[in-house]
Amino acid sequence: MAIINTSNLTKIYENEGVETIGIQNVNLKINEGEFIAIIGPSGSGKSTLLQLLGCLDRPSGGNYLFDGKEISSLEDEDLAEIRNKKIGFVFQSFNLLPRQTVIENIMLPLVYADATNEQRKAISEKMVNLVGLKDRSNFQVSKLSGGQKQRVAIARALANNPKIIFADEPTGSLDSKSGEVILDFFQKLHAKGHTIVIVTHESYVAQCAERIIHIRDGAIEKDEKTKSRRIISETGFIK
Amino acid sequence: MKLKDTIKISILGLTLHKTRSVLTILGIVIGITAIIIVTSLGSSAEKFILGELESFGTNSAFIIPGRGDFGENSILTDSLKEKDVEALEKESNVPDANLIVPFVFGPATVVYESEKFHASLLGASPGNQQVDKLELTDGEFIINEDTTQKSAVIVLGSKVKEELFGSSEAIGQRVKIKDKTYRVIGVLEPKGQSLFVDYDDVVIVPYTTAQQYILGYNYIQRIVVTTYDAAKLSGMVKDIEATLRESHNIEDPDDDDFIVQTAEDAAQTFGQITSVLTILLGSIAGISLVVGGVGIMNIMLVSVTERTREIGLRKALGAKNKDILTQFLIEAVILTGIGGVIGVITGSLISYVGIILIHNFAGINFPFSSPLSGAILGVGVSMAIGFVFGIYPARRASLKSPIEALRYE
Repeated sequence: MAIINTSNLTKIYENEGVETIGIQNVNLKINEGEFIAIIGPSGSGKSTLLQLLGCLDRPSGGNYLFDGKEISSLEDEDLAEIRNKKIGFVFQSFNLLPRQTVIENIMLPLVYADATNEQRKAISEKMVNLVGLKDRSNFQVSKLSGGQKQRVAIARALANNPKIIFADEPTGSLDSKSGEVILDFFQKLHAKGHTIVIVTHESYVAQCAERIIHIRDGAIEKDEKTKSRRIISETGFIK
Repeated sequence: MKLKDTIKISILGLTLHKTRSVLTILGIVIGITAIIIVTSLGSSAEKFILGELESFGTNSAFIIPGRGDFGENSILTDSLKEKDVEALEKESNVPDANLIVPFVFGPATVVYESEKFHASLLGASPGNQQVDKLELTDGEFIINEDTTQKSAVIVLGSKVKEELFGSSEAIGQRVKIKDKTYRVIGVLEPKGQSLFVDYDDVVIVPYTTAQQYILGYNYIQRIVVTTYDAAKLSGMVKDIEATLRESHNIEDPDDDDFIVQTAEDAAQTFGQITSVLTILLGSIAGISLVVGGVGIMNIMLVSVTERTREIGLRKALGAKNKDILTQFLIEAVILTGIGGVIGVITGSLISYVGIILIHNFAGINFPFSSPLSGAILGVGVSMAIGFVFGIYPARRASLKSPIEALRYE
């Protein structure tokens, strides 16, 4: 079943009368359970696409069905609700609250979801186990390494059991070894049935996905099955 | 989102920027402190004055020369004479009168051997002892014969006695005022400053003596008339007015050349004066609160800009606009609320110290009024300021885009 279905999705930015095309006429379908990489050079429009697909922004044209619901006409509050309940985000720069503990960071989406204290505790403990940071639960996030921070971010993204995870250059701020650990993690999540979309400009990252969508100049240039896919747990880490 | 969670997030936001939080509330602290000092000292002064007036009794009427309006010729000094006292003393005129106490006052320099003292002179009637609640440590007070015979007798305030005689006996000694010799018949107990007179600085002679030998005029400056029964006071005031009009040949009350006042009238007048002063000074202090509020707004705007990423992240994770709005609004209200509490505490402390200083240096016993209503008002007002000046920055925060979370550092 398609979780994402766009037709002629377009985003045009206007700044002091000058129009800049973010993306134009993107037709994209993503099914549940897929592991997709969106790849393109900087300025290609891949970040714009991610913002639209992640319900962080509204398109200026075209249609976007997310989980069967038309997004382009929704209010801010409804978009916030969708982001909270159905989408998990992993960012290049982690975007954790640095002075709070690992557990508190993982709980954040649950706080905005009005979960009870018991639910928050139970879920965040489960998630911290899942990413292997149980012994760091009460550490301040600022004291963790980059790789550990990104694992906290993944745990946070999973907290509300989302329909889809968007990862924006998730290995961009990590050394290659930590990066591989994160990619391995995504592959394992995918194996468990999670839908994952990674945005990257590096092909060795994209090759971890099943399907690669190439973006250039605001449009889909190529949409293909991954040739010679890298399965990190089998091939080991590169470099 | 639950309010409890929002409050937690707000408190966290404040504790992460302690120095800034403290500096931000400084304006509010100063404003509230100033307001509390003004209102607290104002109400203390008012209480003190009312207390003093009360001590004159709710059963006394004061007769003052002068006209009721404040127009031309309203100031008179010579309209009350001995014949008025005689008229008031007639029982048929003022049947409810108990004591009739005419008196005069002025400055006087008292000389004993080589010692000199610049004292306040009270030309008194025997009734002054009761009306002014004067206690004697030694000797006796002026009696009726002293006033009728214009006796050269004198009662000394405690400080006057101390300055002139030190620890030696004063009763029976002779002092001089304007080259006339007076025999000391009594010494007052120390009493301290009261509203109009410092009785420790005072010398008391019969009013008739004072008129003739010291002041050199024959009119009376004040007459106090007391009644046994406070309920009869207003009736007595009417009798007094009627008696004096008859004595002065006045038909139209508008032509009155005297004013009859009760403690209640005076209390009202003083109450009005102190309220006006309190409001005036309070509103000046209020301006500093507005300035403090603008400061809050300024810092909040900086804070919102600085925390753009955090706001974006929260929104990306599902925070609604109103969650962010509430978070920043609560931060502002908590900040100013704390500022209000600190201001109330420092303001109260400073007022308390001020009252002690006034007591020690001026000898006036201001009652300290715990400004509870002022405290609640102060904290309430400062929280309201946080709310008003926090709305704009909080709204700015709430309208930030979740895309901000995706921007790279």
